[in-house]
Amino acid sequence: MAIKVVKPGLSTTVQDLGRPGYYNIGIPISGGMDRFALRAANMLVGNREGLAVLEAVFMGPELEFTEDATVAVTGAELPPKVNGELRSTWTSFKVKKGQSLSFDFLKKGARAYIAVSGGIDVPVVLGSRSTYTLGALGGHEGRKLAAGDKLKIGKGRAAKEGRRISEMLHRMPGTPAQLRMIPGLYWHRITAEASQHFLADTWKVAPEADRIGYRFKGGRALDFVPRTPPFGAGSDPSNIVDACYPYGSIQIPSGTEPIVLHRDAVSGGGYFMVGAVISADMDLIGQLQPHTPAQFVSVTMAQALKARRDRHKLLNKIRDAF
Amino acid sequence: MKTRYSYGGDEHIFVECAEEMSLEAFFKSLSITNAVKRAKIKGVTEICPANASFQIKFDPDVIKPVDMLKELKVIEKAAAKTKSTLKTRIIEIPVLYNDPWTHETLMRFRERHQDPTSTDIEYTARINNLAGVDGFIEAHSGAPWFVSMVGFVAGLPFLYQMVDRQRQIQSPKYLRPRTDTPKLTVGHGGCFGCIYSVRGAGGYQMFGITPMPIYDPNQKIKYLRDFMCLFKPGDIVKWKPIARAEYDATVIAVEKGKFSPRIKDVSFSLAEFQKDIDGTNKKLMGALYGH
Repeated sequence: MAIKVVKPGLSTTVQDLGRPGYYNIGIPISGGMDRFALRAANMLVGNREGLAVLEAVFMGPELEFTEDATVAVTGAELPPKVNGELRSTWTSFKVKKGQSLSFDFLKKGARAYIAVSGGIDVPVVLGSRSTYTLGALGGHEGRKLAAGDKLKIGKGRAAKEGRRISEMLHRMPGTPAQLRMIPGLYWHRITAEASQHFLADTWKVAPEADRIGYRFKGGRALDFVPRTPPFGAGSDPSNIVDACYPYGSIQIPSGTEPIVLHRDAVSGGGYFMVGAVISADMDLIGQLQPHTPAQFVSVTMAQALKARRDRHKLLNKIRDAF
Repeated sequence: MKTRYSYGGDEHIFVECAEEMSLEAFFKSLSITNAVKRAKIKGVTEICPANASFQIKFDPDVIKPVDMLKELKVIEKAAAKTKSTLKTRIIEIPVLYNDPWTHETLMRFRERHQDPTSTDIEYTARINNLAGVDGFIEAHSGAPWFVSMVGFVAGLPFLYQMVDRQRQIQSPKYLRPRTDTPKLTVGHGGCFGCIYSVRGAGGYQMFGITPMPIYDPNQKIKYLRDFMCLFKPGDIVKWKPIARAEYDATVIAVEKGKFSPRIKDVSFSLAEFQKDIDGTNKKLMGALYGH
């Protein structure tokens, strides 16, 4: 044992970079919603980038350490405290045997990544330590942490304290959040006017926003191009013959509230999609709090790939610094 | 059947084999995705066949989206010549129709339903001109169903009723999806049946529940020790209506590790099925029950 969970926080799960390869049978990739922050946290404590960390949503856990470790907290601005004393986010610090790690209130963002030198050591299931709670798979007993849970830490050299990633290299969504998306999939199902509304309106993150998907409210309802329902789809104009859902795909049941699927996505279903958020902006969704305004911004494939390269460059700057 | 290609963001290509559901569209999707698997294209990370479409996830740092698209179009042409035959299995699934658990749930979400005054099974029977709940159960469990997709959540099968189109049960999905569905609910939306492998959100009509788990992440259940999900596309399912006593007994048998589902190997030919639906089903029943 190395970490005892005193208080679990709101929803704290073990996550790494995910479990690709099983989406064809409905097991999603899972892993940190903000992978950039997850990688950064691991680098700060001297871990390989893909080791398992804790992902805490809105509220931090209280943890008691039973051995010395180096810790770093990235992603959301959720200030860590060691035995009640504040530490900085995006900076490595020591937690000694017997000390407790707790958190102040959330200042910005939604998900904090807590990396511990050596990584959180839970069993590898289908190639990953990530928690997929809907399927009760992976992580710590397939669920979010609870008070009294005990976690092991892997072996590894602890990095020094005081390693820091400057604010210039953090990535957080703006206000309103600009979520770049490539129109496609069933985009042709809505009218030209509706597609303009969709992009022009400012949406707000709904309370139903989790690892499966983020729901948005507040934009105008979308009109559909009339059709005879294809056999097997169902009669609602937003229905399709149940198909695969890409990660980041934006479905709009009945044309009212868009849902962007995230790392614990349902792998398919019967609602049409207007396109998908680009890979470079998926991390940003993980940092959106309910009621945050957001806009969907249409981009081309070339722009999406450029954004992806820019994100790689930013990560490389952090890699080079260590 | 015109194939339609679309990017899904910068990491997916989505391919619709046909807009409407048919076994022809399913076999087209299956033959292309099998060919993509065999091609071992560098950068492909997920190959997901669906009912009448499929999706490829790839790493755009390894293969450019435009090159991925070209590869798929070449494969589509070659796969068009594949024969639509399968070596597969038929699996018997016991169902307690009109059970208390889905009933409690459907009452809880009544305001999200097309017809708040009746149950899902009564509503679906009526809009399909079936003689009440009994007539519905007879139609639902009479002929086998074909697993045309696995997904939504872990191991959930989408099932396509193996009767001619005029006799296929159809129902809309809930007006707004429920936030809860009991584990192992037998559901229906559009023309598809399904079994909810885990508890969670869902939009399909709810008809009953099976005592037989189809997903076990701990792999403790005897018949799920090899792999945690029971179903794969191409499997064939036969529903067996059961009463409450058999439901309870099966739940206990599963817990004690004494339950083995009835499963038999069969082969399936789309051409033969289309020529003689009832004859093909009769042969499948013969294989399942040994007569």
